[in-house]
Amino acid sequence: MNIVVCIKQVPDTTEVKINPVTGTLIREGVPSIMNPDDKGGLEFALQLKDQYGAHVTVITMGLPQAEAILREALAMGVDRAILLTDRKLGGADTLATSSALAGALRTMDFDLVITGRQAIDGDTAQVGPQIAEHLDLPQVSYMEDLKYDEKTKTFTIRKQMEDGYQILEMQAPCVVTALASAVKPRYMTVSGIVTAWDKEVEVWGADRINVPDDRIGKAGSPTSVFKAFPKQLKPAGETFELTPEESVELIINKLKEKHII
Amino acid sequence: MNLSDYKDVYVFAEQRDGKIQNVALELLGKARELADANKEKVVAILLGKNIKDKAAELIAAGADKVLVVDHDLLETYLTEPYTEAITQIIKEQKPSILLIGATTIGRDLGPRVSARNVTGLTADATKLEISDDEAHEFRMTRPAFGGNLMATILCKDNRPQMSTVRPGVMQKLPADPSRKGEVVDYKIAFDEKKISRVKIVKTVKEKKTVTDIAAAKILVSGGRGVGNTEGFAKLEALAKELGGEVSSSRAMVDAGVMPADRQVGQTGKTVRPALYMACGISGAIQHLAGMEESEYIIAINKDKFAPIFSVADLGIVGDLHKIVPMLTERLKAMQK
Repeated sequence: MNIVVCIKQVPDTTEVKINPVTGTLIREGVPSIMNPDDKGGLEFALQLKDQYGAHVTVITMGLPQAEAILREALAMGVDRAILLTDRKLGGADTLATSSALAGALRTMDFDLVITGRQAIDGDTAQVGPQIAEHLDLPQVSYMEDLKYDEKTKTFTIRKQMEDGYQILEMQAPCVVTALASAVKPRYMTVSGIVTAWDKEVEVWGADRINVPDDRIGKAGSPTSVFKAFPKQLKPAGETFELTPEESVELIINKLKEKHII
Repeated sequence: MNLSDYKDVYVFAEQRDGKIQNVALELLGKARELADANKEKVVAILLGKNIKDKAAELIAAGADKVLVVDHDLLETYLTEPYTEAITQIIKEQKPSILLIGATTIGRDLGPRVSARNVTGLTADATKLEISDDEAHEFRMTRPAFGGNLMATILCKDNRPQMSTVRPGVMQKLPADPSRKGEVVDYKIAFDEKKISRVKIVKTVKEKKTVTDIAAAKILVSGGRGVGNTEGFAKLEALAKELGGEVSSSRAMVDAGVMPADRQVGQTGKTVRPALYMACGISGAIQHLAGMEESEYIIAINKDKFAPIFSVADLGIVGDLHKIVPMLTERLKAMQK
């Protein structure tokens, strides 16, 4: 079985702080990490490797420094790592990103493609299903668990829903998008870290993927950002430091004033 | 693509077990406003089996027309038949705008539809508007970068202009049963071979908690400062006196103290209750993104520098473990 996992390097948005005076983002010192849902998806792939000897490839599209998460994936135990990087691919929205990744996947042999459900910097959850569409493959998103039947090449997938879950079946080749909360990713091993630096990270340019220029990068993006601005927080109300008794009185009075009680 | 061929605002009317989902009604309310700004129509797409009688509900919520596709394959959501039905409608009807609820269904369907129709999709917009200049541009604003930034997105040269919208963000119109609308039986030709690639083995409904915190008028919400289940019991008691529900920050869900469906924030639910009482919540930006639209916010926190105070209407620097039980007792006494 061949598995390809699509991963993304993202700023750790939980570490982002806002400058309280200017209301702007403080980007300095924000660490870059492997996107959590992608890491969950990678763990699912490595479990299939443990069970069935699957060959696992990771691919990322991004800037050259995204190599760091490919090294991390190698240290966790993947077999092959590809960095898809090219100026032509820059400025891509989700559709252009998925076109490029689908182009790369078309040149590869796989039974299963795993992506994270969504990346924490964009939260769109679009790239996985869009890759599936470009490749004309069936998909299941919000995957919490999967099982594989070698004989029939069938995946049985548990999909999270708001009000419960679904069990779905599909045959290879297919695409799933994974949830970080569903699995605990393994740590890099010491020997893994050592050998990760001996392994090659393949660097692919846009010429490798055979996708027309008007389908990738900014040119292939139907959406554009008209403007971006810091979130306007509403003006703060009043804050009091009082005794518990006084605090309770104050809350009661305010609740009455607002006709809540 | 001749852009002027594309008109009207379409809404995917999500149903589960034949029940129209609230988010569909919310989207119709917003679609009504967008369509009126462009003197266009609001069209609802209703996919399912034996669901034609639900069309009236959509008309009462703001639709001028409902396209009903009644088919065995559409009874329960599956990516392929739903994508194909909507794609055929797009090809034939040429919508200018298509809105989809950002549920686990909508966020599976939306990207697939956008890729099949080679158009843009804005994820989880919180604001949708038609610009009031001559361009009458459709502007979709959404949080990005973990809720730290807002971005306004355009889809200039491709149609339909698609957006998903989170449940609870838009306001539905009061149902008006006297509204008139057209109901159309719409036929779709399915490619059966492609559709059978994913099979539903079973759908399991888990009755975790019956209440939906997004629908609650009053929320007593707890964070790290609440500490544990015992701490949340104090919040429960207060919520009971106020006639509200208990919700939680992500920290307490990750710690296993509270279930995920009670989580408020960027990765949880968006809430806008009449009263939001944040107890022991420091107020990470991701949390604020999910609750700052609440009408009245009271924050109780020991740390006077906690960011939650920047959005609170009333901030109390103090120990919630003392204040919350006292407040509960006080409310009890008042009722007598």
